[in-house]
Amino acid sequence: MAYRDEKLSEEKVFKDPVHRYVHVRDRVIWDLIGTSEFQRLRRIKQLGTSYLTFHGAEHSRFNHSLGVYEIVRRIIENFRDREHWNEKERLLCLSAALLHDLGHGPFSHSFEKVFKLDHEDFTQAIILGDTEVHQVLEKVEPGFPKKVADVINKTYENKLVVSLISSQIDADRMDYLQRDAYFTGVSYGHFDMERILRVMRPMEDQVVIKESGMHAVEDYIMSRYQMYWQVYFHPVTRSAEVILSKILHRAKELYETGYGFRLKPKHFLSFFAGEPSLKEYLALDEAVTLYYFQEWMEEEDPVLSDLCYRFVNRKLFKYIEFNPNSQMNEWMELYKLFSKAGLNPDYYLVVDSSSDLPYDFYRPGEEGERLPIHLLQPNQELKELSRLSDIVESISGKKRTDHKLYIPLDRLEEMSNRSKTKKRIMEILYGKE
Amino acid sequence: MLENHAKLMQFFSSTDEIIGRKKLQKMIYILKKCEIPFEERYQFHFYGPYSEELTLRIEEMCNLGFITETREEKKNYYQYRYQMTDSGRNFLEHYENNLPPLETHIEEMNGKSSRFLELVSTMLFFEHLPKEEIAEKVFTVKSAQNYTEEEIEEAWKFIETLRSIH
Repeated sequence: MAYRDEKLSEEKVFKDPVHRYVHVRDRVIWDLIGTSEFQRLRRIKQLGTSYLTFHGAEHSRFNHSLGVYEIVRRIIENFRDREHWNEKERLLCLSAALLHDLGHGPFSHSFEKVFKLDHEDFTQAIILGDTEVHQVLEKVEPGFPKKVADVINKTYENKLVVSLISSQIDADRMDYLQRDAYFTGVSYGHFDMERILRVMRPMEDQVVIKESGMHAVEDYIMSRYQMYWQVYFHPVTRSAEVILSKILHRAKELYETGYGFRLKPKHFLSFFAGEPSLKEYLALDEAVTLYYFQEWMEEEDPVLSDLCYRFVNRKLFKYIEFNPNSQMNEWMELYKLFSKAGLNPDYYLVVDSSSDLPYDFYRPGEEGERLPIHLLQPNQELKELSRLSDIVESISGKKRTDHKLYIPLDRLEEMSNRSKTKKRIMEILYGKE
Repeated sequence: MLENHAKLMQFFSSTDEIIGRKKLQKMIYILKKCEIPFEERYQFHFYGPYSEELTLRIEEMCNLGFITETREEKKNYYQYRYQMTDSGRNFLEHYENNLPPLETHIEEMNGKSSRFLELVSTMLFFEHLPKEEIAEKVFTVKSAQNYTEEEIEEAWKFIETLRSIH
């Protein structure tokens, strides 16, 4: 039997708190899960720094990747024998679902911003490079790794296959919303996924939803909206993320200016230089990163050691609401005052905006801008979701954005009450001394 | 603070208005590919390169009053029009102008349809491939658009023109 068709003698199941069980029968999938690159995802948290806000949020990208695989497996089981669905694409879909997040690095959002990297490039590099994952995929058939990489890169010719893993209502989002809700312990992320899977229909180039399933989709959109504001965009998580970014900036700056680290940051050197090889990229996970942060608490550089202490011990920055339009002059004054107070404003005075986040909520958008969620009407016509749903219309029409100013309030409070600088800073920040 | 917003404001300050979100998305991508240092991340989507980050920044700039967004009802869809405000101009005064002049690029792109800019940006997305493979890739991933060899040729010339500005 060809490797691509090989089945395990017995079905393997992973116990999963969200989907109850993740079922694996294909030899290829089982082998992919066993590769070192996939196992590495156990050491990358799905929600990055959110565990500092929601202590349960310790789940990994490994859990999530299995979950996405399981959802796609269920979807294509429902698609079997339906028009537009080609059963020959089954293994490709399952492999792409499983591997879609393979290139994520430690705390990937901050890492990518600071070191100007893109995890999607590394996903491609792992699938196409000299790796265990590549060896497994290449055994399926020559060129199969490229197909998987193209699906994940959204450049595969069959758009229906792409839309299962990446669209406005895809397996990726359906898994992370439920999983993140479960592990953070919030009650917002739940929706009736079974119902959505039942009303999904394959079309030539996209997945659509039968109109009768609109209310289940509304629930999904509400859940996405609430998770965005309540979990992903939580101001305390953003504070941790701000400190994390500043640690990485500081370490890079010190390295570039020839600072002698007590512990040579050998895992970071290629990141500082801007071009980590695949091997170097894979060697840096969150355990290694946190080890350095722990060590850097003892560094002589007061900024680096302070920021690491804050991150490791959760002594986060406080925040106030900030309007960059009306408060521009105040910001400029604060910048000078912070320098005067001995607090480097490049590290201790930080504006964080909603656009700094890697999450979004549903917007129908403009014609040809981005593919929306389409409802399939009884006459076989497609209509964009918000045209039929008042709930979705009202959510997606609002532009809610947010900016916050993060500061080390503890350091300001330590300053003498007689200090004019402190008085003025407090006056600007809180309207009082 | 808000350096990436300031770069986008420089873009808006170089033109009277931008008509269409799709056009805006493709214009910033094409400028990035012409070495203009915009930082918004792009991914390939159904209609070519698209940046969620850009969408969010535009929303923020609208909410801050730096640009205005006007929604116009078309036959089966909405179209959006963007213009810079006085607040936007004041905001921009606080920043050094660190982008090269963009007027000519924008004028060239404003003169083209969003369908054509979708083609140009898609070709640039696959720029790392050999030239003949790029055309093949366009016919595969954009089969519904039915682009012709002539349009692809025109797009190459357009890319050359844009890159020769300055």
